Amino acid sequence: MQPFTTLTGLVAPVDRVNVDTDAIIPKQFLKRIERSGFGQFLFFEWRWDELGNEIPEFSLNQPRYQGASVLISRANFGCGSSREHAPWAILDYGFRVVIAPSFADIFYNNCFKNGILPIKLSEEQVEELFQRTEANVGYQLTIDLENMTISDGAGFDIKFELDEHRRQFLLQGLDDIGLTLKQADAIDAYEAKHAARLANSF
Amino acid sequence: MSKKTMFEKIWDNHVIHSEAGKPSILYIDLHLVHEVTSPQAFEGLRLNGRKVRRPDLTFATMDHNVPTKDRFNISDPISKQQVDTLTKNCRDFGVKLYDLNTLDQGVVHVMGPELGLTHPGKTIVCGDSHTSTHGAFGALAFGIGTSEVEHVLATQCLQQSKPKTMEVRFVGKRPAGITAKDLILGLIAKYGTDFATGYVIEYTGEAIRGLSMEERMTVCNMSIEGGARAGLIAPDDTTFNYLRGREYAPQGADFDRAVEQWKALTTDEGAEYDRVVELDVASLIPQVTWGTSPGMGTDITSAVPDPAKMSTENERKAAEKALEYMDLKPGMPMSEIPIDYVFIGSCTNGRIEDLRAAAKVANGHKVSPNVTAIVVPGSGRVKLQAEKEGLDKIFTAAGFEWREAGCSMCLAMNPDVLQPGQRCASTSNRNFEGRQGRGGRTHLVSPEMAAAAAIKGKFTDVRNWEFKSEVTA
Repeated sequence: MQPFTTLTGLVAPVDRVNVDTDAIIPKQFLKRIERSGFGQFLFFEWRWDELGNEIPEFSLNQPRYQGASVLISRANFGCGSSREHAPWAILDYGFRVVIAPSFADIFYNNCFKNGILPIKLSEEQVEELFQRTEANVGYQLTIDLENMTISDGAGFDIKFELDEHRRQFLLQGLDDIGLTLKQADAIDAYEAKHAARLANSF
Repeated sequence: MSKKTMFEKIWDNHVIHSEAGKPSILYIDLHLVHEVTSPQAFEGLRLNGRKVRRPDLTFATMDHNVPTKDRFNISDPISKQQVDTLTKNCRDFGVKLYDLNTLDQGVVHVMGPELGLTHPGKTIVCGDSHTSTHGAFGALAFGIGTSEVEHVLATQCLQQSKPKTMEVRFVGKRPAGITAKDLILGLIAKYGTDFATGYVIEYTGEAIRGLSMEERMTVCNMSIEGGARAGLIAPDDTTFNYLRGREYAPQGADFDRAVEQWKALTTDEGAEYDRVVELDVASLIPQVTWGTSPGMGTDITSAVPDPAKMSTENERKAAEKALEYMDLKPGMPMSEIPIDYVFIGSCTNGRIEDLRAAAKVANGHKVSPNVTAIVVPGSGRVKLQAEKEGLDKIFTAAGFEWREAGCSMCLAMNPDVLQPGQRCASTSNRNFEGRQGRGGRTHLVSPEMAAAAAIKGKFTDVRNWEFKSEVTA
């Protein structure tokens, strides 16, 4: 996994609450057996109409948001299905940071596995970011994971919170299967102790 | 000894390693696998030269892509490749697969309990958010992403931070005509789609104790729609009676010893939850959703709500967008909304009791000429049982289509897809935009309400239904 340290990037808004993973990537694209190439399908039904024409009103289709790497949205982002195709699509499209007031658990967890930093801010802070993004073409944010700060260089300077383990995980780009396998002795011991139950005898 | 909730007991029984400030390493007793969220995980094992640590605790089936008409003929080549990839992966890694040739094939959360794989006290995961279904047995069961599927395949463990606990207390007696689906839809309509984010729910109360095992699965299934990591119900005689004699349940004296251990899992008297919420069951009315989020639901006797009266700006905007997508106007009575399609099935409501309930409503009636109605059993065994009872005949005589087992129109990855603008009464779990097909409009209801809607061509209060029980197919 690619580590995350700092990022300065263009901000794009998706102004909806409860953005679900079906909206992030519809099911017809879950049939692929690869991990890559999902960016083209991100927010598919909001980006393209039924005939395949771009929907110009949708933020990600607007010239000012091309090349964005920071996504801002509203509460309960990523709710619904467990599909990891959702963070795969977000990453492949070019986003490394998603900022929202809250995230659904499975989606939040899936982000870290893929080097995406999901940041929870208050409703007021997110609203402020929406307003600043709207008002300033080319609006950028700098996200510093080492110091847990977000800044736009024009008065928006805040600290954000993140579980320390998750922070280290992203900073170092850790392989968590490798970390668990370091406890192989404990796994062996647990299996030995519970062998009967795991074999369905009591 | 400190007093513990059921969740805490199961959690503590499965922590194999913990360090301050880090997630615990949790042992996983049962890993269910399906074709959509596993190919990249198996590929990860190959790339790293890893094996499946416990193929004996790993069980697979194919459900999401499976056609419900001509099931062996998957016309979409990418779907077929995904199904074939699961077959190959299971063969290469020694995982037991219930494929289309077996009677046990079905929706993964129907098949697992049916085989007796789901036990009280187990930790159960699957790359599918509706894994919460298995919590109905008093198991800690939750959905995971594909990276975690790979993690469990490789290590039989997961790194997890301990969630908080919530008691959801169903207060009062369940009135006649109110289903398990109405309980859970009513709960989410009241508290929203993220009230339980970060929590594991335990459902309690007289109304829960009175539910059958299959009804409990319906409730737990939709825990994720309230944001919960998992939703549990304490095991009791209903649970033990359901499990006794099933293929993967403990047998003979082992079963009796298992029951003694399972009984000890229940929450200790006086143990505290981090949060408690209540729902009054006695006043519940059959539920229908009107919007594009499972929390956007109301009573069949009510009307489409007015966004202008919503309490926050974000709620108002969300409701306006939802009504635009759903092509509904505020104030329209729910019972006047005409429908084009009915889907009865899914991991929420595709079990035999669901089909019996729907058939009882359909018996002797005819599906409205404007409606296409399909019944998709949750598994091969559900289908067989329904056919033994003649339910298929009741449905087909009434004009419903009788299909083969699979996820079908719950998420429309197979050929069962709504056309743009079509409106569906669905027994599934999600009414998101495009969920059942681009431009499709989904209203979530119980199997009884879905069957009644098929016949009337619009939503109707099934409590007033004219049952024709004397007529059989």
